[in-house]
Amino acid sequence: MRYHPHTPGDVREMLDVCGVKSIDELFRSIPEKLRLARPLDVPPATDEVSLLSEFQRLAARNRTEHPPFVGAGAYAHHVPPAVDQLLLRGEFFTAYTPYQPEIAQGTLQALFEWQTFVTLLTGLEISNASMYDGATATAEAVLLATRATSRGKVVVSAALHPEYRKVLATYLASTGDEIVTMPYGPDGRTDLAALEAAVDDRTAAVVIGYPNFFGVVDALPEAAAIAHRGGALAISSTAEAVALGLLKAPGELGVDVAVGTMQSFGNGVNFGGPAPGFLAIREGLIRQMPGRVAGATVDRTGRRGFVLTLSTREQHIRRDKATSNICTNSGLAALAATIHLSLLGKNGLAHLARLNFARGKQLRDAMKRAGFGLRFTGPTFNEAAFEVGDAGAVVERLASRGIAAGVPLSRWYPEDPKMKGALLSVATEVHTPELIELFAQTVKG
Amino acid sequence: MTFPEDLQYTPDHEWTRVQGNRVTVGITDFAQDQLGDVVYVELPDVGDVVKKGEAFGVVESTKAVSDLFAPVSGKVVEVNGPLADAPETVNEDPYEEGWMIVVETTSPQELAELMDAATYRKFVEEEQE
Amino acid sequence: MANPTGWKPSMERGAEGGEAQELGAMGATRGLVMEEALVFEQGSPGRVGVSLPPVPAGTDPAAEIPAEMLRPEIPGMPEMAELEVVRHFTRLSQWNWGIDTGFYPLGSCTMKYNPKSSEALARLPGFAGAHPLLPTSMSQGALELIFKLELALSEIAGFPATVMSPAAGAQGELSGLMMIRAYHVSRGTPRRKVLIPDTAHGTNPASAALNGYATVQLESGPDGRLHPETVAEAMDEDVAAIMITNPNTLGIFESHIAEIAAIVHAKGGLVYGDGANFNAVLGIARPGDMGFDVMQYNLHKTFATPHGGGGPGSGPVGVAEALVPFMPLPLVVKEGENFRLVTDPRERPRTIGKLREFWGNMGMFVRAWALIRELGPEGLRRVAELAVLNANYVRARLQGQFNLPYATDTLHEVVFDDQLQKDGGVTTMDVAKRLIDHGSHPPTVYFPLVVHGAIMIEPTETESKETLDQFVGAMLAIAEEAKANPEALKSAPRKPIRARLDETRAARKPVLRWTPGMKVD
Repeated sequence: MRYHPHTPGDVREMLDVCGVKSIDELFRSIPEKLRLARPLDVPPATDEVSLLSEFQRLAARNRTEHPPFVGAGAYAHHVPPAVDQLLLRGEFFTAYTPYQPEIAQGTLQALFEWQTFVTLLTGLEISNASMYDGATATAEAVLLATRATSRGKVVVSAALHPEYRKVLATYLASTGDEIVTMPYGPDGRTDLAALEAAVDDRTAAVVIGYPNFFGVVDALPEAAAIAHRGGALAISSTAEAVALGLLKAPGELGVDVAVGTMQSFGNGVNFGGPAPGFLAIREGLIRQMPGRVAGATVDRTGRRGFVLTLSTREQHIRRDKATSNICTNSGLAALAATIHLSLLGKNGLAHLARLNFARGKQLRDAMKRAGFGLRFTGPTFNEAAFEVGDAGAVVERLASRGIAAGVPLSRWYPEDPKMKGALLSVATEVHTPELIELFAQTVKG
Repeated sequence: MTFPEDLQYTPDHEWTRVQGNRVTVGITDFAQDQLGDVVYVELPDVGDVVKKGEAFGVVESTKAVSDLFAPVSGKVVEVNGPLADAPETVNEDPYEEGWMIVVETTSPQELAELMDAATYRKFVEEEQE
Repeated sequence: MANPTGWKPSMERGAEGGEAQELGAMGATRGLVMEEALVFEQGSPGRVGVSLPPVPAGTDPAAEIPAEMLRPEIPGMPEMAELEVVRHFTRLSQWNWGIDTGFYPLGSCTMKYNPKSSEALARLPGFAGAHPLLPTSMSQGALELIFKLELALSEIAGFPATVMSPAAGAQGELSGLMMIRAYHVSRGTPRRKVLIPDTAHGTNPASAALNGYATVQLESGPDGRLHPETVAEAMDEDVAAIMITNPNTLGIFESHIAEIAAIVHAKGGLVYGDGANFNAVLGIARPGDMGFDVMQYNLHKTFATPHGGGGPGSGPVGVAEALVPFMPLPLVVKEGENFRLVTDPRERPRTIGKLREFWGNMGMFVRAWALIRELGPEGLRRVAELAVLNANYVRARLQGQFNLPYATDTLHEVVFDDQLQKDGGVTTMDVAKRLIDHGSHPPTVYFPLVVHGAIMIEPTETESKETLDQFVGAMLAIAEEAKANPEALKSAPRKPIRARLDETRAARKPVLRWTPGMKVD
């Protein structure tokens, strides 16, 4: 077996040195009655050639011949081949958590660069080394707010990604904290009057999607002001990070903690995982921040280098008093995003963001020409909710042609009768104008 | 390793300097040596109430965290603010500039339970074995 | 106040001088590596490293989005041409040690070879390009793979079902404890405590505390094992669970596990298994057969998915029948010939909810399934056999020169300490740093906490005898150096691009991002 180098000669010599006659003897500390007396019931071993055709058959049963028009928290973008080719370098790919910084400066400097990119995109002072995903980053931001304010209520917008809200509810289930959900208006934005009424002196945080689940640019500055007037923290949550290349930075709109996912940079959709969640904070919240963080320092000879730092917040030291139990995070996914953001840079990111806005507009125009209006009136980025009649049937019909049309919003908002005909669809730089036109016409049928 | 004679000590390696019912608290030379470079000290606010034997704060080095235990019960009337920006003071001058809090005690009888310098020195030597 | 591990920050600083002898032919040597600044310190205005379609005319965002919600380009973002970026990351990679570079004997991390096949398969467009919200009819391949992997993982650990969604081992632990909590709440007896041995990973008490439990630490015996009497003394009807790693972080099999599980079950508690050390028992014994009720896998350990400098991981959780109703969603079910995601709580009314967005780290599922498929039943068992052989070989060759705090049998990892080096003033930290100059990544140090100056070595099964001999040679040379020339160890490492770094400075004066004119001295 190609991963097991031991020859029979090796094994004999090694057993000798161990002073035993067989490998079985080395397992004598496991009581006989606990040993598995049969081989594992898994499929028989195979070879690489057969493996490849087996997996190709499996992969082919996923229909990916056309770029998906569905977003809803995962976005198909163009990842330059340079990203993967750099990412796959074994020294990056097969390295461990940088606990021995002298031989992990590559990982550590790249983490420092990730952290800097996150602060630049969010307009906040400090970022950690990544989170599992956007949903858990959001949940951890809320937990941070409850610790920082010593309050137990969080007010979230119903226009925040439903997956994120479900995860938040799961994380808060054992804390006794209360989640109050704000409705959205006909513009697809959070109802500010309701928010004003809901925020009180028990509120730890207000959470707003930016853009929100409907692709709408939500009323973030107003919501942040309401939060602050109540003594609560303002949290923004971003699933489509390319939008941060066009929209004002959350940190400049009063946000205290900005979270989300950077999956749009450097990472494919990967059937939902893995992806790099991000979490950025105002400086004053540093002691409460979960996750690893890399910092700059000098070595014994005075040269600049990087190390993991402020470790006493974390589980391996604080144990039961840790800010979180997070250990392994999303290092490689964050590195992929870092490489992509480096290639994009100032000019490329601005271009990509404007291009995505343009594709979103081209999609809206094409759908309008095909007879489909918008569910919401608020401004959008690259994603929007369209009134298509029977959205579920549209999705099924296009699925049979290998096209992922979007998400029928009634699936996520069954209690809102106005969502019955709504289809959430996205267009990014991977969708050509011709493809967008074809899509709209195909929806028309 | 120093053990100033005019101070009293706890088994958790804090020292106290008593002036009337005001008790200044810090960690000992032995404690700062064990902990290594202090990078952060978390202290209570002025006005907070502390109880003997309960944690009132935390002292951290890069890879270790230690609770600070109140040697006496009372109200915190002073906190050494500069430690936030200069935690190394705890290492450099643990008994003077490195003081942490001043407690106005409501239970002065608790002070009788503390160790004098000689007893504490012996306590430390035995712990080392 | 004393630090139980024996670690001190001054160890991080190392020392000047000390003539280090030249190392043998297999040690680290000189090489041309480049200094490299941050991307933010390079480039020139106007440069770009990507090629994109033009922005069409008539699509000005300002026509629709209020001006106060728009931003111009972001100051501080780099402006680099593609080659500059390629050189940047290439040079950074050259500063790193990876499994592909050399030996990586980190105890409890299972740094085994990450198969290149797995990379290629995970990157097949049908997997990498599959959107999580594809209609079910369009994602049957992905769903089938998850279903089959779940079946295999359940069989391998001996459980009726496995939760696939947790993003990492720690999240798996969190969900395991959430399920335990939900179980007890459903029976009307919430319980408030969790028992955790002193050898446990830090994530264990953290996960327990995050679920509102008080942790009770149990002392392991002088043989490094948890004893039934210790558990019996602590066990009562307010204990929700005990958390055990088996083998534990000393590499020692908790041979009293069946009795311990019985003690805990008798008073209505559950047994949580931390599966970080599963490599030792793969195909040999199954936690489900030992009395565990729930166990998280670390796919990035046992099933060789890449660690990538800190993740992503994947932490599926095997559960016993009693916990199945509480499993977080989604699940993948097979109906006839088709596969479906169960996401609606109405289908699983007692589910604890959802732990993360979408379904799980699919990228890791593909890699783990590829390895399981290639190994088959005999190969999987061989993993544990060779992992245990390798670790015992290293143990046998190093004992005598390095102190073994426990005489007890060990499986896939072994813990030494620095007792035999301390008289010369040499610490575990010095040994670890000097190993770098010898061409090996250091083992895990200063963990577990029960050993002062712990050196935890886990070779894994993918290392050859030659590699182990090289490592042993290096360790023995260091033991000699510790007696003859301790200064050489204090100044180590000398070969990598950086010497020991000032971690105290990093914590006292945190610099966590680049800012214009940033200077660190």
